[in-house]
This record gives sequence, C-alpha cells and structure tokens, in this order.
Amino acid sequence: MSSINQLLLEAKSVTKYFGTITALENVNLKIHAGECLGVVGDNGAGKSTLMKVLSGLYKPSAGSLFFDGKEEILESPKDSQNLGLEMVYQDLALAGNLPIGENIFLGREPTKNIGLLKFLDYKKIKELTDAHLGKLKINVKSADQKVEELSGGQRQAVAIARSTAFNAKVVIMDEPTAALAIKEVGKVLDLINSLKKTGVGVIVISHRMDDIFAVCDRVMALFQGTNFAESELSKTSRDEVIGWIMGKK
Amino acid sequence: MENKDQEKESLYLKIMPYLEKYGILLLLVIMIVVMHFLQPDVFLSWRNVTNVFKQISWQSMLALGVFMVIVTAGIDLSVGSIMMLSLMILAIVAKAGAPWYIVVITPLIAGFLCGLFNGLGITLLRMPHPFIMTLGTLYIFRGTGNLISGGTPISGFTDEVRYLGHGRIDLTWLGLEKSQYLPVSLVLIAIVYIIFWIFMNKTRTGKWIYAIGGNPNAARASGINVNKILVIVYSLCGFLSGIGALILAGRTDSGYPNAGLQSELDAIAACIIGGASFFGGRGTVLGVFAGVMIMGILRNGLNLMDVSSFWQQVLIGSIIVLAVYIDVLRRDLGTRK
Repeated sequence: MSSINQLLLEAKSVTKYFGTITALENVNLKIHAGECLGVVGDNGAGKSTLMKVLSGLYKPSAGSLFFDGKEEILESPKDSQNLGLEMVYQDLALAGNLPIGENIFLGREPTKNIGLLKFLDYKKIKELTDAHLGKLKINVKSADQKVEELSGGQRQAVAIARSTAFNAKVVIMDEPTAALAIKEVGKVLDLINSLKKTGVGVIVISHRMDDIFAVCDRVMALFQGTNFAESELSKTSRDEVIGWIMGKK
Repeated sequence: MENKDQEKESLYLKIMPYLEKYGILLLLVIMIVVMHFLQPDVFLSWRNVTNVFKQISWQSMLALGVFMVIVTAGIDLSVGSIMMLSLMILAIVAKAGAPWYIVVITPLIAGFLCGLFNGLGITLLRMPHPFIMTLGTLYIFRGTGNLISGGTPISGFTDEVRYLGHGRIDLTWLGLEKSQYLPVSLVLIAIVYIIFWIFMNKTRTGKWIYAIGGNPNAARASGINVNKILVIVYSLCGFLSGIGALILAGRTDSGYPNAGLQSELDAIAACIIGGASFFGGRGTVLGVFAGVMIMGILRNGLNLMDVSSFWQQVLIGSIIVLAVYIDVLRRDLGTRK
C-alpha cells in the first residue's frame, strides 16, 4: 500500500454539544489518499454527528478541521464539496426518471452556447459519463438507461459515481450496503476498492463486519462520543472490533 | 435460458423508449385514419382541418402550461380562471381606448402575474399541495374578473388585437384558392410548442423541472433551488394562459364571464391522455400536443357525425381512465422494485 501517503483530511479534538448533551468529545480522525477508513460504533456513538461535522452540516463546538493540511471553517455542505469532500447518502438521492448520465451531472450539467442561449451538451454528458463509469469499472447497459430501471446495487454504484464525478478527494459513505441484496454487496465493495486505487480517501460507516474487513485499511471505533479504539485492519480481528462497538477492550 | 431472457430484455429496452415517446402519436394517427373513413368527404378537407386547429388553439396553450406543472408532480386548477381574468383585463383596457400594442401585451402580463402569485403562494406559504393554492385562486381570479367587469360581456376589439385568434395567412401565392388559408393561431401553436419543446428538453431549467418531478430530494441535494424552479413553472403556466386569453379574444371578439369555465379540466385531461404522469417527472411536449389533438379530433369528428355531446363526455372520460391505466401498467413493467 505505497499509495497511502498524503494526508487529505484531519479532524483534531472535535467536540460537539447539543445543549447539555455531549455528542462528541475530543474526537480525532485522519484519512489519507487511497485509504479506506471504517468507522464503527453503536447507535448513538456519534458516527453520524462526526460525519455531519466533517461535511459542514454541523459546526463543531470546539476543535478544528484540516483539509490538505490547511485549517478550514465550514459554513455549509457546499464548502466541504468545494474542498473535495462528498457524501453518499443512504437514501441515494437520485431521480429515477432521469438517465444515469443526467443523474451524475444533475445540477452541474455541461452546457454549450448557441448564440446567447445556453443549451445542455448531451454529447459531452454521455462522453464524460462513459469515461467516468469506465474508470470506476461500473458496468451498465448504457449511460442512457433510466435509474429506476436499475437494481439496488447499480443505483448505489451510480450514487457513488455521482459523488466522485467532480474530483472528490474524500468520499463518505453511510451504510453503503445496507439496502442491497447479498449478491450485489460484493460489486459495491469492488467499486470501493477501485475508488481507492484512483487515490480517493474513503470513509465507510457500516455495521457489517464483512464490509469493514473486505475494503478497509484501518478501523476506528467510537463509543459514547469518544475515540474508543483504532487499529490497522491487519492487526485486529472481527471479535475484537465487535467488542469495541459494545465498549469492551 | 438466461441468454434468451437478456435478449428479450434488451429488445424491451430498445423498444420501450420509442413506445413511450411516440406511442401516443400512433393513437393520434389511428384516430385520424378512422375518422377519415367515417367521414371521407369532410374530415380531411382544408376547411375542417383548419377548424380543428382553430378550436384547439387556446386549449393547447392551457394544456402546455398545465403540463409543465404536472411534470413537477404539481397541479394548476386555476388556468381557466387566469385566462378569464386576463381576457377581462384585455377587454377593459381595449374599451378604455389603449393602443393595440398595449392591449395585446396586457393579458400576457396579467397571466404571468397570476401564475407568479400561484408560485409564490405554493412556495412561500408552504401549501401542503399545489391543489389547494390553485383551487383557491380558481375562485379568486374568476371572482376578480367578474368584479372588474361587472359580470357582463365586453365586446368589440380592433383587428390588430384579434389577429392571433382570428387572422388568416393568405396562401393564394402558392396557387391555392382563397378559402384555403392558414389560420394565424395554427402558426402560433407551432411556434409556442417548438419553443417549449426546446425549453423542456435542451435547457438546464427544463431538465431540473423533470428532476424535481422525479425526486425533489435528489434535486435539492444536487444544489437545485427547487422553490425558484417551481415559481418559474407556475409563472410560465400563467403566461401561457394569458396567450390563451389573447387567442380567445380574437376568436370570440368579446370578453365574457364564462370564458374558460372548466377548461382547466380539459387541459389536465389533454396532459393525461398525452402520457404525462400525475406522479411527476414523466411526459413530453409532443405528447401533450397529441393529447390536445386527440380531444379536438374526437369532438370535431363526433360533431360531424351528429353524435350527441353527452356521448363526447362519456368517450373523453373513458379515454382518460384508459390512458392512466396504461401508465400504471407501464410503471409496473418498467420499474424494478
């Protein structure tokens, strides 16, 4: 794993209070280029809160975020997107009635000018889509296929492709295999692996030990809003990680 | 076995998009052929064909506006009332002696503002469904139209004002007879439909209208300002209703209180017959045109055959139910659960 080098994103002693409740306390997180970090923890351990802090949806009460070594203060998810951080939501956020390519570029469609008017550049959308799907080794019949005609795994693949179409450096995936049939889980995990090879840092939140152990290089456990344990994947075991989730070392 | 399934599926994938796009045109062609055989001397005569276009001219504008609204998974019940109010304002401005170019613009502005009112109401007042806002304005706009006119017809416009609804383009220079003219309203329908086809299919805003109908959350997550797009859509719908008012003014030479009564239902029917889905995100401009034509030809053909207008109601109603049932079947087949 020589590609693991550059530090893309670092969270230093992030603390988040909601009124009197402490959701996160002095939490640290690092993600490098080409690396996959698994984040595990029980419900309420602070996984979602941490991800929302990283994406700029919540402002941390204390602590700081470093993108490419530079401290940044995020006002909204738009800011984190501009810094190269993308979220893949559990509910996928795709428009079923539109083709794959138009979903990937939705809201950021390439256009061409004819006179003073701007028109959609369908040819470019198709070219960029084919190239991008090819790079991620995503197989679909055609980029013109409507998303509602795809299987759950293919939809997840399109959602991931969408998140990485604009030079994302870090992609956060919230339970990427939770809604999938068993035979499709493998394909999505393969996709995460090929994403890593392109140099993207991937953060996977998952309850499934199979997923964590198939794609992650490192795993960290949150327990009651604190860093509980962290390890290289090769130096731990399933039983140990399950123990961390329940607060046992 | 699997190979055969795949072949079947890929054939299905190839045919479906075409059937979805052009199936409704097939129905239109079949209707024209059937009518031609039933009324061989009259139906396809120059006079009757231009008549059909003149009759559908203002409905086609309302239907196009309602279509865009339906694509966003919304509904606009007020288009008939917008048209009536715009028509009344036009009549009053005309009677006040304003020059024709002012008179011609007033219904367009009035329609646009009514649509803007709908759009702002739906988004700013956060109405649970556009049905409620536009049901309210259905009454508000028609009531306002009656208030400003005293509920009585106002007649008599100049030729310039009547041009779009009543004008004729002479074709004698093509060697045709004097009676074989082209109605200006037909040309207008063609121009407006082409512009809106380009708008819906070739621009980002058009694409976003479809995206909002498909999944508003996806549109929002993609950074699309959903409320802004909705306001644009309802405003354009009002604007098209204003064009409808201008055409109607030309056709009837009068502003009258019952103008466009229940025509919102005709407009919705044309969209549904034309393949627009009430679930949003689905339908084509070409389909709406076919829907308007099917309703126009049905009425015209049944009139030619002296069939009672009560039967026309029954038939149009049946076609709506059938068209939606086909949409339901299509969704079952086309969508993986």
